[in-house]
Amino acid sequence: MNRLRRSTRIALYAILGLGAISMILPFLWMISTSIKQPNEVFASGGGLNFLPSHLFWRDSMLGGEKIRAWWGNYPDAWHEINFFRLYLSSIFVAVVGTFGQVLTSSMAAYAFARLTFPGRDKLFFAYLATMMVPGSVTMIPVFVIMKHMGWINSYQALIVPGIFSAYGTFMLRQFFMGLPSELEDAAKIDGSGYIGIWARIILPLSKPALATLSTFTFMGFWGSYMWPLVVTITEQQRTLPIGLRYFVGQHATNYTQLMAGSMIALIPVLLLFLFNQRYFVEGIKLSGIKG
Amino acid sequence: MRPISGKRRETLAAYGFLIPNFLGFLAFTSIPVVLSLIMAFTHWNIFKQPFWVGMENFSSLLWMHREGGRLVPNDPFFWQYVYNTVFLMAAIPLGMAGSLIVALMMNQKLKGIVILRTIYFLPAVCSGVALLILWKYLYNADIGLINKLIRMVGEYTYLSRVSGFFANPPDWLGTVHWSKPSLLLLGLWGGLGGYNMILYLAALQGVPSSYYEAAEIDGASGWAKFWAVTWPMISPTTFFILVMSIIGGFQGGFMTANVMTGGGPAGSTTTVEYYLYQTAFEKFNMGYASAIAWFIFAVILVLTLLTWRVGGKVVTYE
Repeated sequence: MNRLRRSTRIALYAILGLGAISMILPFLWMISTSIKQPNEVFASGGGLNFLPSHLFWRDSMLGGEKIRAWWGNYPDAWHEINFFRLYLSSIFVAVVGTFGQVLTSSMAAYAFARLTFPGRDKLFFAYLATMMVPGSVTMIPVFVIMKHMGWINSYQALIVPGIFSAYGTFMLRQFFMGLPSELEDAAKIDGSGYIGIWARIILPLSKPALATLSTFTFMGFWGSYMWPLVVTITEQQRTLPIGLRYFVGQHATNYTQLMAGSMIALIPVLLLFLFNQRYFVEGIKLSGIKG
Repeated sequence: MRPISGKRRETLAAYGFLIPNFLGFLAFTSIPVVLSLIMAFTHWNIFKQPFWVGMENFSSLLWMHREGGRLVPNDPFFWQYVYNTVFLMAAIPLGMAGSLIVALMMNQKLKGIVILRTIYFLPAVCSGVALLILWKYLYNADIGLINKLIRMVGEYTYLSRVSGFFANPPDWLGTVHWSKPSLLLLGLWGGLGGYNMILYLAALQGVPSSYYEAAEIDGASGWAKFWAVTWPMISPTTFFILVMSIIGGFQGGFMTANVMTGGGPAGSTTTVEYYLYQTAFEKFNMGYASAIAWFIFAVILVLTLLTWRVGGKVVTYE
């Protein structure tokens, strides 16, 4: 690629910069609202009031008895939504679900990629074909199955149906097929069984693929919305997105708390992303590899 | 012929490795598909016994009847929701073009490109309920940032005296006229610098520079180089993104409708997927909802096959 001309460079910066402002402005507005007083949000008149008026001193004007710090919306939202509980549920569901999916997918992928058995290719084709079936089709019958098993409003319902993935099996199989067979042969000669080869040769060699699948599965469980909404009833089993949703239902116009709550939900995700950006980007590239 | 014992051992091992995944696959994919198909031919509110109604669900969903000499769809709401879904899917080509343009710009040798890429990727990372709550607030007619900005621009440029739009900007999510375009814009904003942009960026970086050099020797300019080298070389990525977007798009719009609009106003943001949810889990009409699910499946299948057909002719693989 040749060096760009000066004028082209300036134009590119201008366009990209303008885009970047439009990307980041909503987030700045969110932060700004989250540290405002409720009455400031509804203050009419021109201007944006980006900086809350109470930013640098404690507010004791509202009635006088309650002294609030400028970050006061955060603890309020934290207690109001019971974030601790939501985080615990979300982390538990995502970690167990991810572990389950990586485990079962890597086992199946090992069989499909490195072992020969009658009907292997036909079975694999059946797996591939079901990747076409949209979640909308399976959701209702799986709900009915959950109901029959008495799993509605339980962690099992949130985790178990999400574990078994044709996509994960497919992705890992493609990766396993590309591994060299020398180490495997050496292990066989040393008397290693199939479980030993899977655990001590294949899995350690596949760390990048496993990391990618884990990242995406975790994000899938973490952000999952429709299914948890369908199978949870009481507060105890709710995950973070569902908890936030109910918070909106109860505090429709309490924007300062809503923004503080949304920030609390976003901060860990943002930190994780900022520190592991490379893996995100690599993972996306891997997920787009075809054939 | 008896298999030799080594082979047999391998077969047994393979089944052992497959069984956990296979059983789950059976319980949560294969059997549900069959159940869903059966349910689509029944009336069932999950509390009583289901009963067989044949094609009735499909005919109420897809067919029409004569009313005062005119043909009226049996379920006019459904077709409105199909239209809404297709309308929102207009974001797919727009967003793909946008992502490609951003990727082309990001692929240049510029200082600070990593920071820009991070900023553009923020909406994709944060996607979810929190972001939808934020946008509901941004779109608020009275106190939302967007209308505040519009009013401010109107005041400073005196446009508010000429056009009512600047003095009194619309209630974006509250009016039938603006609700769908508003959600479309939100989708574009969220997707522009996200996964598709990264996929395009990777594809662009995979084009060998010798191809560009060869094109330059032939006298190709920037624009001609794009159409002769870049576009065909990244066509597999375009194809991949298109197929995935169609599959996602036709089942989309649930979370947005559920968090931001409740499907309204007047059903203007209800997508097919949201209708399915309402039918199944608010009206408990499992049979009808299953019929909707199979409609979604059929449409996705046809669209994907069509894309495949056309893509097979257009896409260049090395």
